[in-house]
Amino acid sequence: MTKKSEPYSFVALVRKRPNSSVQAALWVALTLVVLVFPAFSSVYVVYMACLIGINIIATVGLNLTVGYGGLLSIGHSAFLGVGAYVSGLMWVHLGTPLPVNIIGGAVAAFLVGIAFGVPSLRIKGVYLAIGTLAAQYSLYFIFQQWASVTGGDRGLSLPKLDVFGMGETGFYYVVALLTALLLIAAKNLFRTRIGRAFIAVRERDYAAEVLGIDVVQTKLLAFGLGAAYAGVAGALGGAFLRIVTPDQFTLIVSVFFLAAVVVGGRASILGSILGAVFMTLMPEILQFVLRVVSGGANLAVVIVPLREIIFGGLIVGFLLFEPRGLVGLIERAFGNAETFDSKPEA
Amino acid sequence: MHQFIEYSIIGIASGGIYVLAALGFIIIYKASNVFNFAMGEMMMLGAYFFYLVDKQLGLGWIIGLAGALGLSALLALAIERGLLRPLLGRPPVVLVMVTLGVGSILRGFAGLIWGPDVVQLAEILPRKPLFIGDLLIPGKLAWSFLWVGLLAGAFMVYYRFSKAGLAIRAASSDQATAEGLGINIRGVFSLTWVMGGMLATAAGIVAGSVNGITPQLGLVALNVLAVVMFAGMTSVGGSLIAGLFIGWMETIVGAYLGAAWQNFLPYVVVLLMMIVKPTGLFGEHRIERI
Repeated sequence: MTKKSEPYSFVALVRKRPNSSVQAALWVALTLVVLVFPAFSSVYVVYMACLIGINIIATVGLNLTVGYGGLLSIGHSAFLGVGAYVSGLMWVHLGTPLPVNIIGGAVAAFLVGIAFGVPSLRIKGVYLAIGTLAAQYSLYFIFQQWASVTGGDRGLSLPKLDVFGMGETGFYYVVALLTALLLIAAKNLFRTRIGRAFIAVRERDYAAEVLGIDVVQTKLLAFGLGAAYAGVAGALGGAFLRIVTPDQFTLIVSVFFLAAVVVGGRASILGSILGAVFMTLMPEILQFVLRVVSGGANLAVVIVPLREIIFGGLIVGFLLFEPRGLVGLIERAFGNAETFDSKPEA
Repeated sequence: MHQFIEYSIIGIASGGIYVLAALGFIIIYKASNVFNFAMGEMMMLGAYFFYLVDKQLGLGWIIGLAGALGLSALLALAIERGLLRPLLGRPPVVLVMVTLGVGSILRGFAGLIWGPDVVQLAEILPRKPLFIGDLLIPGKLAWSFLWVGLLAGAFMVYYRFSKAGLAIRAASSDQATAEGLGINIRGVFSLTWVMGGMLATAAGIVAGSVNGITPQLGLVALNVLAVVMFAGMTSVGGSLIAGLFIGWMETIVGAYLGAAWQNFLPYVVVLLMMIVKPTGLFGEHRIERI
């Protein structure tokens, strides 16, 4: 779709580009809220905040692959699993500190991702989706069956972590810091040649190749980086829940992250934040609503299928009606209605 | 050795289900280039439709079969017209994501309506085992294989010799030219989805009458992807050989190494095929390597 040429009215100008000092003030306010709010809130809220932070990291990672790279990965949770197991094993057996474990998890997830990406990314089309599905099932198989290392179905128990002697709150600050760093890194990636190459390859791979971009390498990097983000999220998640089991990394979890990317908005960092927050809170709200409606009947039977319906419904609904996700809704509310990928493929 | 032959026969017989599901998958992919990740769920839901009409409404298995095929055809049509048609021309990634979402929705509805437990279908296949010499073949499997063979054969004849089959093949080889020659491309899309839905249902009913159905059947049925990769995404004839082969291999591996390997193995095949020969054994050379 072509950009509408709008008259240079003052209102349009303000709507398009919010005042930068206002924006800066908003960022400062947000940082302050993130910093001080654990002091005023319950353990449950801090717990949810950690979970949201971890999910934001994983969602941004998947968005690098799906949104910016235009490559469909449906095995994202398996790479969280790689990160979680590798960092957990490093911790238990080598006793390395948390930052080293997280880096180890990220590197391992990157390498495993590349291993699955190499065969599938060399072929044009949606083969990566099949390759990642293969990753999902084969990695689950390894997590579950290699019991002497991973602990099998009972999982891997991790020791309690005490950061800065602040317990849960200390871990919250670790998550917040890492989330912020990785978000800034992702945002800046698209100001560099590498990040822009992702988009070029997504839009027209032939044209990108003519411009001197190595298409395969770029796709591999877009996929591997997504997996590395997943590895960080998995390592944090394992340390946070203090247990790593195969059932944390199933297909439905991958669909959860895909839904978060689509709901938030593909190819948008802000979108990933919104999507991850929305999707993390959604099951809690659902549980609450169901408890009120049913008055404590047998919820477990209903909640799993309902979650599947809602995840799927959100993916389909947003792709059909608002392909830009929540970010698109917000921008539309501010009068900017340019749509993403609405142009037909040649 | 005797045991090996017995397992082999069981495996090949259970591969018949894969053939049907793979045919449904390939026909949709061939015509509209949509990679349908909801195939397994369409299969699972078709079996539940059969259960609904046959047992829950008590109309008997003949009306049950007709009803299940009708309902699943309607469902497939609704998916195509309602969800995929508006997205025509969008990047393939988007269409694939939609089918993934549809699969999740269908699985959820099945779980909500019929619950997570195994449901047994009516015994429409004779249970009495067959003996070839002193080899024992479970009766249900043998009869299901016969039915699958008949259905797959009928479908292939239809595909090869009918006008609709010709239209599908034309659309798959060149959409623009086919449209220029007066073929209703959108009609072809709808037709292939209806056929895909009905083939999936047939596969689902056969699979369900052997082992019973749960909402998770759809995920197991993702193994069909291995068949499709092996056959080549576009080869109708190839799916026959690939389906039987994957079925055989799965049973052999399951019998000698354990059930966990059974779910894992198809994906090893998928990865190997991607590395060695991404066109599959019989696929067209439509695939581009970069």
